[in-house]
Amino acid sequence: MVEINLEFSGGLELLFGDVKQHKVQVPAKDGAIQVLISDLLVWIRGNLLKERPEMFLKGDSVRPGILVLINDCDWELCGRLASPVEDGDTVVFISTLHGG
Amino acid sequence: MVRKCVLCDERRAVLRRPKTHQQVCKDCFFAAFEDEVHRTIIDNRLFKRGDRVAIGASGGKDSTVLAYIMKLLNDRHGYGLDLFLLSIDEGITGYRDDSLETVKRNEEQYGIPLKIVSYKELYGWTMDEIVREIGRKNNCTFCGVFRRQALDRGAAALRATKMVTGHNADDVAETVLLNILRGDIARLSRCAAISTGDDGALPRSKPFKYTYEKEIVMYAYFKKLDYFSTECIYSPNAYRGFAREYVKDLEAIRPQAILDIIRSAEEFRFSLTAKMPEQGTCERCGYISSQRWCKACVLLEGLNKGLPQLGVSKSRGSAKAPSASSRTPIFLA
Ligand SMILES: [Zn+2]
Ligand SMILES: [Zn+2]
Repeated sequence: MVEINLEFSGGLELLFGDVKQHKVQVPAKDGAIQVLISDLLVWIRGNLLKERPEMFLKGDSVRPGILVLINDCDWELCGRLASPVEDGDTVVFISTLHGG
Repeated sequence: MVRKCVLCDERRAVLRRPKTHQQVCKDCFFAAFEDEVHRTIIDNRLFKRGDRVAIGASGGKDSTVLAYIMKLLNDRHGYGLDLFLLSIDEGITGYRDDSLETVKRNEEQYGIPLKIVSYKELYGWTMDEIVREIGRKNNCTFCGVFRRQALDRGAAALRATKMVTGHNADDVAETVLLNILRGDIARLSRCAAISTGDDGALPRSKPFKYTYEKEIVMYAYFKKLDYFSTECIYSPNAYRGFAREYVKDLEAIRPQAILDIIRSAEEFRFSLTAKMPEQGTCERCGYISSQRWCKACVLLEGLNKGLPQLGVSKSRGSAKAPSASSRTPIFLA
């Protein structure tokens, strides 16, 4: 079980009851020692996402156009879906899909 | 594992740049981002000293970052521009109200004077009233036509000599694809241009034409800029959404694809035999128009007479459908 701070913005918060920040406890997959971002996405889909999952997820990843930062670092630098998340980490999801 | 920035080889990298794949730290990212927009402005001679520049400001991410960066570059490099924020109040309750509050905060935060023009004062109708009249089918047609003209009228009231908008590289690539799919030659030949206005209209430009949406959002995030993000309640705009999703899918596979699409559109050559509409002025309101009446006046006439279908023809260009020959693209190498 790891405790993670989640933040949704850029319009994504609307899919989560219009709440931007969430503190959540996420279990590791059976037999695994680490929690990966891929596990976190599955957990979010099953436990947190209130509506229109297709606005947040596509296939087994986030929808293209959604940025992910782990402790203020672009997830593209740390392995995307395979990035591990640890106790106290902050994961931010920002949609770039809304008008400018 | 901490990765170091490839530019300074010192600080922790925080992002991968889509354009170059470089992993860079926050400071090097800010510097590169700002410098690239500066280069775009200088290389394309977007402004001259003494220009009064209206920044089309919606309160959203692109125009908020644009306002911030225009102010920063104008101060840093001494462009000698007078900057203004120009916002349109379409009269959409619960959507525009909130985004206008954001623009009003931007006015304070950046010290740039703000002008708001409303559909109600210009046309006598709010978008809420228009939607009540016509339903949700063609409302984006009305809103698009009215917004374009409202921006020009607001800019004229500010005595602006130039206008800038926050359209970014992703937006431009998306528009290029849409115009190809629609076979809209007139728009295709214009949409990838960094500035328009040779036809006598106020010159408009896109300083973010080569700037990726990802970097604009990252910049706003790291700089903690205050922007508003909610989709317009009346705009499902499925067709554009489709192109948008396609561009994002392409970008996920190969980020360079976005610049490739823009570059290819820049290289299109249009046959001179393809007839482009001639520009005149609207007999009714004096706005530039290739027809007797401008599109806004045609739409308004319909609304005021209770015939809102007037002017919402199947064709997407001007009020009159272009002849078949002018819709056939001819690409030369
Ligand atoms: Zn650096
Ligand atoms: Zn007119």
